[in-house]
Amino acid sequence: MEFFVISLVKIAIVFAGLMTTLAYLQWVERKVIAHVQVRVGPNRVGPHGLMQPMADILKLITKEGFLPSHVHKVFYLLAPFIAVSMALISISIIPFGGEIKVFGYTTWMQLTDLNVGVLFVLAISSLGVYGIALAGWSSNNKYSLLGGLRSSAQMISYELPLSLAITAPLLIAGTLSLREIVQSQGGFNFGFLPRWSVFAGPFPQIFSFIIFVIAGFAETNRVPFDLPEAENELVAGFHTEYSSMEFASFFMAEYANMITITCMTTILFLGGWQPLFPASLGSNFVPPLLLFFVGALLLFNGLNPRRRKDRFSLPVFALVFFLIGLLFLVPVLKPILVPFFWFAAKVGFLLFTFIWVRGTLPRFRYDQLMGFAWKFLFPAALINLLITGLLVALTAK
Amino acid sequence: MDLFFFVVFAVFAVGCGISVVVQTHPISSALSLVGVMGSLAVLYLLLGAEFIAMAQVIVYAGAVMVLFIFVIMLLNSGGETHPGRSMTVKLLGVPALSGLFIVIAYIFATNFRDSARVHFGSFTEGTARSIGRAIFGTYLLPFEFTSILILVAILGAVVLARKELD
Repeated sequence: MEFFVISLVKIAIVFAGLMTTLAYLQWVERKVIAHVQVRVGPNRVGPHGLMQPMADILKLITKEGFLPSHVHKVFYLLAPFIAVSMALISISIIPFGGEIKVFGYTTWMQLTDLNVGVLFVLAISSLGVYGIALAGWSSNNKYSLLGGLRSSAQMISYELPLSLAITAPLLIAGTLSLREIVQSQGGFNFGFLPRWSVFAGPFPQIFSFIIFVIAGFAETNRVPFDLPEAENELVAGFHTEYSSMEFASFFMAEYANMITITCMTTILFLGGWQPLFPASLGSNFVPPLLLFFVGALLLFNGLNPRRRKDRFSLPVFALVFFLIGLLFLVPVLKPILVPFFWFAAKVGFLLFTFIWVRGTLPRFRYDQLMGFAWKFLFPAALINLLITGLLVALTAK
Repeated sequence: MDLFFFVVFAVFAVGCGISVVVQTHPISSALSLVGVMGSLAVLYLLLGAEFIAMAQVIVYAGAVMVLFIFVIMLLNSGGETHPGRSMTVKLLGVPALSGLFIVIAYIFATNFRDSARVHFGSFTEGTARSIGRAIFGTYLLPFEFTSILILVAILGAVVLARKELD
């Protein structure tokens, strides 16, 4: 009974957090890309456009769900459901932090830990292809079909280097459970260098990290691999015919997949919730100092405002940042918040990289996309796996 | 709880299996097959074979069936047309099928009467570690032979798919 209650509370917290992140990730993406392109971005709804996600959600819910004629109704309605549910399930095994004590209960900051966790994520992400393929096919539209075909071909091709790139750090960690993978990356070499897979011996996994991130871009259909929804060729690709909540489902699925890929990168290569440098060197004080710095910056800009409305909004934001920073100094909350901060910081940085790349790189041509996967990434991942396996075998006790 | 899940997914698997044959559209059939694979994976999971369950989803549902659907979409084939069935099929179909069922049931009932029953949770060797030890230890030679066999198949596919150079 106790287990059920704790699980329900954890599910509620993770679900609420994930949904908020999904909604605001889109705001962050629009803002970042706007600033990359020297625009302002959304700034009408609420201060700095912060209420824009709410407005978008309301708009999408109240829109008419339009069912075009000539579509295969069952598959047309099933496709967004498959896409979004497969995208959201993976979060259930992501560990956000270590073991914590809340009100006398001991629990992990993770919904559940599978001893085949990595395989579970791979299985679920390979099922996500069905959503896109079915959407493309059932829409009965040339552009949708081409988008769906491109997407399935691309996801099948890039799954190979992705899986091979995962295998190499698994050889070092020696387990498939995500929690144990993170635990195996704890500790520091020479007292300061973290034992994350990207740094750790016997063979630093920097190459498989790069291969994994590149294949991750392709798996999530993001720029520069967004061929399935190339606007100039295919209108909107596989979701051309969709509107209202069905369209929103695909949108959510894309962002949820992005979060899954970045979480997996963090767990496999960047040491999950492990800090960048040891607590003896003061890593526990990084989050409050960072938040206080941002708060001070906001306060300074609020006192010397460039626009009149900033005089009110920026000090309020500064206050919020100060309060969150103070939370990190409360001894009871520290063991919960500090690991989560490191996890969120790494995931946030990777998500920012995803957006940054979208604002920077042009799209691949289709033959380049396939050639890159099969002629470069796949052999590179194989060679990396061979070297890692050899060195792990040689250094094994 | 185990029995509940077993009944649900066993019924689902059989239902999807029937649906594979009954559906007229190839995509519907292929998706029903995905349903069969998925529910089989859950049954493996109930028996304690986690690795096999995940491999089932990754390999069959995630790779093989995606390829099937990809090809069906690429060819864009429509639904099957049903020609009228012949008199023999109409008359003998149902009796022959029931006869086959009776024969299979009889063989199982006589030959496997004394064998031990499967209990949920009694099997604990389904982890990735024990499977890996089995494949790369006890069964190394068959495993390597299988990979060579697959390599031969891949080479054959490449030769067949290569464009003719005149």
